Amino acid sequence: MPKLKLALYWSASCGGCDVAVLDINERILDVAQIADIVLWPVAMDFKYHHIEALDDNSIDVCLWNGSVRNSEQEHVAKLLRAKSKVMVAFGSCAVSGGIPALANFINRDLAFERAYVEAPTNDNPNRVFPQTSTQVKEGTLELPEFWDTVLALGQVVPVEYYLPGCPPPVKLINQVVDALASGNLPPPGSVIASEKTLCDECPRVKKEKNINKVYRVHEIIPDPEKCLLEQGLICMGPATRGGCGASCILVNMPCRGCFGPPAGVYDQGAKMLSALASIYDAKNEGEIARMLGEVVDPAGTFYRFGMSTSMLVRKRI
Amino acid sequence: MSFEPKIVGFCCNWCSYRGADMAGTARMKCAPNVRIVRVMCSGRVDPVFVLKAFKEGADGVLILGCHPGDCHYAEGNYKAARRIPLLKKMLEQFGIEGDRVRLDWVSASEGDRFTKIINEVTEKIKKLGPLSQDERREHAKVETGSILVR
Repeated sequence: MPKLKLALYWSASCGGCDVAVLDINERILDVAQIADIVLWPVAMDFKYHHIEALDDNSIDVCLWNGSVRNSEQEHVAKLLRAKSKVMVAFGSCAVSGGIPALANFINRDLAFERAYVEAPTNDNPNRVFPQTSTQVKEGTLELPEFWDTVLALGQVVPVEYYLPGCPPPVKLINQVVDALASGNLPPPGSVIASEKTLCDECPRVKKEKNINKVYRVHEIIPDPEKCLLEQGLICMGPATRGGCGASCILVNMPCRGCFGPPAGVYDQGAKMLSALASIYDAKNEGEIARMLGEVVDPAGTFYRFGMSTSMLVRKRI
Repeated sequence: MSFEPKIVGFCCNWCSYRGADMAGTARMKCAPNVRIVRVMCSGRVDPVFVLKAFKEGADGVLILGCHPGDCHYAEGNYKAARRIPLLKKMLEQFGIEGDRVRLDWVSASEGDRFTKIINEVTEKIKKLGPLSQDERREHAKVETGSILVR
């Protein structure tokens, strides 16, 4: 069998997904056995024109991590889509926007203001901001256009498989490698994770859920055996897809929802909001006001990894 | 042309929808802007329904249930009473005014209260103006600041 051609790309991401690829340890050698890497900006030196020179559909698999928030990323997404038979949205940013998509609560102007003026390490009295084109005596310099809205990969180009997680766990990456090696691929559109919620695989003891205070993670040290939600921590388990192996839960941290909504759920945040309000013991106005005060940042908490693919996508501006 | 808001109203089967029927059979007049969806309980109104209504072009959402203590399912309206305020807080973060959502109670005999609430909600949403950017420009000539690249 000829070797597979594999591309790995990062766009708006932190680099953690590329590290996760290496976390499969010695199995990376299996990957090298079955595949030739044609693009991997974080590890190897390839240029875009190398990709442009390839025939359409000549790359077997493209693992794309990161969300899409500027015109260069959109261009490369379309380029790699044309050249690849299978496109995998690798990690929460590519699947649902991830942490960068929290910028959907602001817009480009506010992001630039923060990044180039307000941030304490800046010294920018003339308020110089990046421009898409700048004249210098040697000619014109160009930069990609930065968008107001951060998008998931699937909102820019068609995607075959979704591998969620921040970053995706080794077990699921191995599952993808195995599928590629055997050629035994799941049906297009599949999410490579569980169909059920995280609560389904969570090992903690669960009883009647009834809380009268919401704690933030720094406020208490939770009991390691009992359900975190029952202890008043906002654990996103009820509204989050399982398959991660409950790795946060096992180290006594509540789920933050990086796997996105489970199968059949359109909006993770609304479901979590609904679940949390249901179990809070409040009947009169005063008690309800107390609950509102305790849930400090509902949108940022419930949509931490999923703004791009949420029902409302972004803040109205 | 004056702005006529589109409002989605969720009425519970046991009290509020009967209240609406009461208003209808008694020929009480009220604003025609609320499109009523009958649900079994105000506790059945998933916050997703409200988000979807806004996404699909509603300017406001009204949720009516049984008075506290009167819920046919004992607890459903209390769940709504917690979910909707939290949802309003979250909607504010999305730039959607909390006043575009109203949760209230109407019993089966309160046809007059039903029409009063419908009229109040319609007035309030009229004051807030259209939710969609395009309609805002058209009606109020509001400058909305930065234009979305995508």
